[in-house]
Amino acid sequence: MQTLYLLVPIAPLIGAIVAGLFGRYIGTVWSHRVTISLVFVSFIASLIIFRDVLNGNVFNGTVYTWLVTGDTSFEIGFLIDQLSATMMVVVSLVSLMVHIYTIGYMQGDPGYQRFFSYISLFTFSMMMLVMSNNFLQLFFGWEAVGLVSYLLIGFWYTRPTAVYANLKAFLVNRVGDFGFLLGMALILMHFGTLDYAGVFAQAPEIAEKTVELVPGSSWLIITVICILLFIGAMGKSAQFPLHVWLPDSMEGPTPISALIHAATMVTAGIFMVARMSPLFELSDVALSTILVVGGITTLFMALVAIVQNDIKRVVAYSTLSQLGYMTVALGASAYSAAIFHLMTHAFFKAVLFLGAGSVIIAMHHEQNMEKMGGLKQYMPITYWTMFIAALANAGVLGFSGFFSKDAIIEAVAFADIPLAGFAYFCALAAVFVSALYTFRLLFMTFHGKPRMDEHTKSHLHESPWVVTLPLIILAIPAVGAGWLIGPIVFGDYFSNAIYVLPEHSAIEKLGAEFTGVGGMMIHALSTAPFWLSLAGILTAWYLYTVRTDIPGKIKTVCGPIYTVLDKKYYIDELYSWLFAGGTRAISTGLWKFGDMKIIDGLIVNGSAKLVAWTASLVRRFQTGYIYHYAFTMIVGVFAILTLWLY
Amino acid sequence: MLFGFPLLSLIIWLPILAGIAVLATGSDRNAQLARWIALAGSILGFLVAIPLYTGFDPATSAMQFVENRSWFERFNVYYHIGVDGISMPLILLNCITTPLIVIAGWQVIQERVSQYMGTFLIMSGIINGVFASLDAMLFYVFWEASLIPMFLIIGIWGGPNRVYAAIKFFLYTLLGSLLMLVAFIYLYQLAGGSFSIEDYHQLPIPFNAQVLIFIAFLLAFAVKVPMWPVHTWLPDAHVEAPTGGSVVLAAILLKLGGYGFLRFSLPIVPDASHYLAEMMIVLSLIAVVYIYFVALMQPDMKKLVAYSSVTHMGFVTLGFFLFNAYGIEGAMVQMISHGFISGAMFLCIGVLYDRLHSRQIADYGGVVNKMPVFAAFFMLFAMANAGLPGTSGFVGEFLVIMGAVKVNFWYAFLAATTLIFGAAYTLWMYKRVIFGAVASPAVEGMQDISRREFIVLAILAAAVLWLGVYPFPLTDVMHVTVDNLLDHVGNSKL
Repeated sequence: MQTLYLLVPIAPLIGAIVAGLFGRYIGTVWSHRVTISLVFVSFIASLIIFRDVLNGNVFNGTVYTWLVTGDTSFEIGFLIDQLSATMMVVVSLVSLMVHIYTIGYMQGDPGYQRFFSYISLFTFSMMMLVMSNNFLQLFFGWEAVGLVSYLLIGFWYTRPTAVYANLKAFLVNRVGDFGFLLGMALILMHFGTLDYAGVFAQAPEIAEKTVELVPGSSWLIITVICILLFIGAMGKSAQFPLHVWLPDSMEGPTPISALIHAATMVTAGIFMVARMSPLFELSDVALSTILVVGGITTLFMALVAIVQNDIKRVVAYSTLSQLGYMTVALGASAYSAAIFHLMTHAFFKAVLFLGAGSVIIAMHHEQNMEKMGGLKQYMPITYWTMFIAALANAGVLGFSGFFSKDAIIEAVAFADIPLAGFAYFCALAAVFVSALYTFRLLFMTFHGKPRMDEHTKSHLHESPWVVTLPLIILAIPAVGAGWLIGPIVFGDYFSNAIYVLPEHSAIEKLGAEFTGVGGMMIHALSTAPFWLSLAGILTAWYLYTVRTDIPGKIKTVCGPIYTVLDKKYYIDELYSWLFAGGTRAISTGLWKFGDMKIIDGLIVNGSAKLVAWTASLVRRFQTGYIYHYAFTMIVGVFAILTLWLY
Repeated sequence: MLFGFPLLSLIIWLPILAGIAVLATGSDRNAQLARWIALAGSILGFLVAIPLYTGFDPATSAMQFVENRSWFERFNVYYHIGVDGISMPLILLNCITTPLIVIAGWQVIQERVSQYMGTFLIMSGIINGVFASLDAMLFYVFWEASLIPMFLIIGIWGGPNRVYAAIKFFLYTLLGSLLMLVAFIYLYQLAGGSFSIEDYHQLPIPFNAQVLIFIAFLLAFAVKVPMWPVHTWLPDAHVEAPTGGSVVLAAILLKLGGYGFLRFSLPIVPDASHYLAEMMIVLSLIAVVYIYFVALMQPDMKKLVAYSSVTHMGFVTLGFFLFNAYGIEGAMVQMISHGFISGAMFLCIGVLYDRLHSRQIADYGGVVNKMPVFAAFFMLFAMANAGLPGTSGFVGEFLVIMGAVKVNFWYAFLAATTLIFGAAYTLWMYKRVIFGAVASPAVEGMQDISRREFIVLAILAAAVLWLGVYPFPLTDVMHVTVDNLLDHVGNSKL
């Protein structure tokens, strides 16, 4: 079994190396054959491990010692339990599908082998992240997925927007990583180890200890640690106010948007917080922070999605909003619901993205939905799989998104930590908005009259099987995964992998009411989310198929609101003025004034000049003329005599 | 002992003799011969250093491979050399770097080839001497001697403003080290006529004298490191130096300063070190924060990387004065890692410079279209420079931050901001130089790296990755020495 554990990350790594270093020699076909079969190996291994874990075989062990310093030993190792095994299956499955899809999407691209190398490298990094049994390796995977994301957003490096977006993504992520690293440092300081097991075991002892970071105000250590770690999660999982990189990341090729910026990498933050549940549970302040951040992200990012016309950006903002749901669930101590939503979301959002990609191929890389319409008849497979995914995203009864989202909303309703009310309101309102933007996308793209030019229209056709097959395969769990809610969320599926304090009983209370998926659906008929999502779909249907003139009118009537949403609340503008501009101003000031004027100009060259100036003064006494010296002597004698006389 | 020769002497004198042999080939008519002798000499210099690692006993903090002969009997000056876990890795780093410099200068240097190659080999031997010296006078001689080759390299093979840069470099560092000599003479008196560094370690010294000695050492070492605010010689020296000079300067010469703190300041005047630790930490943090800001806006690639060296070395001095194992071992790892990374960065810039004869970022753009293999290497080194986990750049910074938080949360906070800004200045430069569409006809004509350049960069890439993925062998050799040093520094010497 331990060989299998190693195989899961190593197989894609080998694929990445082969395609990356030797891709030029083995050609495109062998590059994708090698990488896909190695990811397939990884997937099968993950499945076997998953079954093994279901039988109760949890593993926690070291692979090798990274380094030893002082009396601390940092190790690379694996923790294979229900949580990581679930993630491994989700990651390898989506990754495998995206690998296959890429054959169709990237066909003819000069960077074909490089692309396969990157996505395999990503799979390796993500596996290292989820399989880790310690913070250090988690951080390694964390930054490595960030690196691959950087490389892939800038994959088409000749586009100025792409290379701007990838730098932005990396730097914003680094802000999060900065928090995470400090959190890790505090953990090492107070717990003396970075191994999960050791840290979690000591957590209750640390729970009451406080620290004074600023004189006069004392904080619980655990609160400081959790908030710092959560800052890391905010970067990676694109939570407000560190969300700005995700919409721009759409500059990358679409398979990447599906794999990295929707299904897997961006959920790493959610996974991390769930993994750290024994720490987060001890700090109500941290949980409240998480609730608020999640709530804001859920609602306000969903609102932006309504006004976007770029098909990928709609899905990107939708991803932000759904990540917000997961975050809200974490804040409500409903970790299992968060992971469950992570899982269902991975499937349906991957379908949405890959479907959008399929549309983009058909449209010859046109992404503006205003130039689409009526695609349904040309690409039925893409349409129906996306339709299913849209139903799931909107949380329609019976689809996977319904179960996971409903569980989250109900859990927040039961949560009784401060500010849960705010998060509940956001989560509820976002249900309507999600349904609206999802179906707006669907109707604008696939229904109504075709709005593209004749040339494009004459070439419209369904994408090849390498593109549609992944859509179909992923659509299956997008429907069905939700039916597993009983055991996963309310049962003891996660057993010891997730820890919840008895006081934080939201999930427990929900579980007590849970009588099965049928009961859940019947109960939902009498609750707000069901009607809200229905209302959202109907609104979208009315506005974008029946009375298509109304959206334009709304736009003019609500001018300022529309502009604010269209400008994404001006956050990008603010950041680029305040942070980018501010940094440049400080930089220039320190360089031109501090280094050049003060240190070099005044002190270094100044002392050189001082020496020269003194020398030029002193030199005047050394003229070499005897009468000058004689004159000086006479003056001296007079001066001494005068002094002596008085 | 290797074939009957004392190993450490061999490591010091072999490159120097090889250098003299290279010089003897004379004018540029024999340039090819000079190159081959230099390559053979430098590789031999590396090979003889291998037993130093394999034969090293990591379980003891005592000096190893010790040789002790009388030199000037009248003043008790000894030819006393030996290595411990602190100096051994630095000697290895130096021995690895020299062949790379010879290879990198193979084609670029077309004038005075024998002098160029010879100077580097001689410098390599001298620097090994600095790291191995256990006698203060011997140390001082090697220390000052190392200035001369570098002075010549900048002054002869440098850029248009080379004379200003060379003199600035020379005066800055010479002024710094003169006070160190005064301190040595004082210690010589105090120790009853001994120049043995190990004697100094045990010598009780009154507090006021300790503070003065600390300051004398500080001036010498701070200039070398360089610490803020005595760093301004470095960007000028780098900009004017030829690529090989920049590599040695960044990879090795700066480490002399760091090494000095560990060998002299901390163990000889521990009380003063503790007393002034806060000042040192603040200076280091200023170096980190202030300099990354300055680096960000540099229009000149070489200056940018030079400033980046200063911030990375800020981590080194920060680590030393935290007085815990994380800090000191982190600083040591940082020194070694910085040797590889900054060396590689300067080589990369050299590769670009050789093709376009410009160091201005604005003159480039879209290089990846023409030089994909080079762009991949440069990406790796840029990421390592930004401290990405999995590369050696991460290990040192990580450990120092872990150490800093133990002393004060805000130290760690400030140090960790480098995660953001280090990435900002490095990757922003990378973006402007490498990414984008081909910016000019000149870039259009650029050729990807040659086999020779590939070999050099590949060796460095392997080192950077290996230290990032598996730093254990490196920390393992220094572990006991550092623990012992920490013990020693913990005891007052008043």
